[in-house]
This record gives sequence, structure tokens and C-alpha cells, in this order.
Amino acid sequence: MDSVIRDVLINHAKLPVDVAGLDRAADLYTAGLTSHASVNVMLGLEDAFDVEFPDEMLRKSTFESIASIEEALRRLGVED
Amino acid sequence: MAPASETVEAERAAFRAELVEAGVLTPTGVDGLYHRSGAFEAVVRGVEGLASRASNGAGGPTSYFAPIMPRELLERTDYLRSFPDLLGVVEVFTGGDRDHADLLQAAADGEEWARFFHPAEVALCSAACHPLYPTLTGALPVGGVRHEVQGYCFRHEPSTDPVRMQSFRQHEFVFVGEPDGAVAHRDAWLERGLEILGGLGLDVRAEVANDPFFGRAGRMLAANQRATTLKYEITCPVSSSEVRTAITSANCHEDHFGVAFDIRTPDGEPAHSACIGFGLERITLALLRRHGTDPERWPSDVRGALWP
Repeated sequence: MDSVIRDVLINHAKLPVDVAGLDRAADLYTAGLTSHASVNVMLGLEDAFDVEFPDEMLRKSTFESIASIEEALRRLGVED
Repeated sequence: MAPASETVEAERAAFRAELVEAGVLTPTGVDGLYHRSGAFEAVVRGVEGLASRASNGAGGPTSYFAPIMPRELLERTDYLRSFPDLLGVVEVFTGGDRDHADLLQAAADGEEWARFFHPAEVALCSAACHPLYPTLTGALPVGGVRHEVQGYCFRHEPSTDPVRMQSFRQHEFVFVGEPDGAVAHRDAWLERGLEILGGLGLDVRAEVANDPFFGRAGRMLAANQRATTLKYEITCPVSSSEVRTAITSANCHEDHFGVAFDIRTPDGEPAHSACIGFGLERITLALLRRHGTDPERWPSDVRGALWP
């Protein structure tokens, strides 16, 4: 799951840093994730994992790190 | 927007009927579009003057914008992404005689004749401060710049609630410059706005708010906006005593417009911006609701504040 999430970040997050080297707990917003890019990350994750984030998960904290994204995806039933 | 309760709907309809009866607003047959009376317009100008005086001469140069703007601004401001359902583009006829004949035939046959029209280089203004930013491209002086601007805005959200007009004016005070200057501008004007509107006898308060961003992506943008308290609204009961209406909004845009229009601080960083927008029609409606539909009979202190 980690590598697919990183692929989505590479394609959609437009981060000025190397995604492969990012710590799982690193704050993506601090790393340069903008509001609009986070929306593209959300849509990219939905495509990649064939899930739909419910409204209550559509907030900043869900997408703040690779770890938090992974936790959200697990809650939606995504398995390794 | 959540559907309003029947009580709220009934109160809105009653206020609309009162305004129409008093000749303040004349319906046009299209929801959210009205002719406004001379008395209405006098209040609009009174509110404009009051806001203007609140700047103590430090509002910067004043500009009045046309109700249309270059269409490309919708892309550069990100409005296309965030509010595609609210915006409007202008379409024009560019065909020849043959196309004109087809157009008239379509109209005569009761068909959709607008299909013979094509988007022009202009669009309806989305927010009063948007036409300002392209004029600021480049490096700003230390301490940034301030501008006082006014313009008509278009939002396609037809409604019978008189406070939700399709075409309305915002009178704005804009700051563009260093990040701390933008936040200070927004906060100072929010206080000032509460003071002058409260001084008119309106039951106002400041509330954290979000823009009506489109779609699922929009729900996330809205949540982000609220979490970062970038937007405040000054609200007041207008057409409903139960559901308050935003009559002014005070916003920090961070570097959104600085990046989009290549506006830089003296040290080369993207400029931050902030604005307060007084909703002239909504403030006028709030006053009409609070003090009655005849401004001649409003309390003398309110009249004195609007027309010194």
C-alpha cells in the first residue's frame, strides 16, 4: 500500500521534495502540499484503490501524512 | 446548502413580498434578479460612503470595475476549478448572414437560439477584487499596497430568497503584500466592519465561514478553509430571524493570488493578500428589515451615519 500511496503523491501532490525519501509520518502540508493539490491526491487515491472517501473523511488531517492516508484507506477496507 | 424549513421559507417569502409591495424591489420574472428603487440605491450609496469613511483615508486608490472582466481571469483565479456552477461567461454572435437567418428561424420555431452564440473573451465578474490582481503583477513596495474597489458580481444561484441575488455589488478593501500585513488587514477590517454595521443597529457577529466550493473536492477545500480560519463572515438576521445571512466577508487568500498573478514582495516571495467585502445589497436589505422599508422613517442616528 505504501508504494501505491507514494506513486499517487508523485503524480498528484506536486511536492518540491523527493517523495521516495519522505518519512511515513512526515507532514505533507509542511512538505509543500497545497489545498488544491490535496484534492487531486484524494481523487488519485480513490482511483488507485477503487474507494470513495465519505464526507467525514474529506478533511485536511486525513491526508496529512503517508501514515494517516494508510490508516484512512484501511478504515475503508483496503488491505495490503 | 441545506434545504430551509417551511417556517424559514415562509418568512423569506413574506419579506420579499413586503419589499415588492413597498416598491423597493421589482421582480423581473427571473429568480434573484430585481430592479432596485431610488430609495434602495440611496441606502447602497450611504453604506458605501460609511465603509469608505471607515478607512480614514488609508484605503488606497479607489477603482470601480465593470460588471464584466477578461474571461481568462476565471482560470487564473481558480474560480473555474472551485465554483464552476456559480460563474457565467458572455456569449456573442459572430456568424454571417446565413447564420443570422438560421438563428432567427430557430427563435421563430421556439428552439434554443443561444446555440448560435459563442463564448466571447469576457465573463461576468466573479468577485469584486478579481479584476484588481492582474494590475499588480511585479514587485510590491515594502508594506504592500491597499486598494478600495467596487464591482458587480454574478453568482448563478437563482433563489426566491431576496438576500440571494444573482447580481450584486461588493465594496472591498484589499491588501496585497507581506503575510503578516495581510492577516493584520483582515483582522482590523473585521473589527471595523462589526463596529460600523453594529452602529447601524444591526445584530451582527463574526463567524468562521467557508466558500461554497463545488463538488466532493469542494467539501475538502471547505473543511481546510474552516480549519485554517481563512474566512470570516459578518452575519445578521435579514430575510430569516432563524437563519443568519452573511452581509460582509473578511478573507485571507494566503499566496493564492500572489502566485497566480506573479505579485511579489520586495524580497521576491509571492505576495499574500486579504480583503473585506461589504455586500452592499445585503447590508441594505438588513437595514430595510431592521428599520422598515421606508428609510425616511429610520432612526436619526442611523440616517446620520449613512448620510452625514
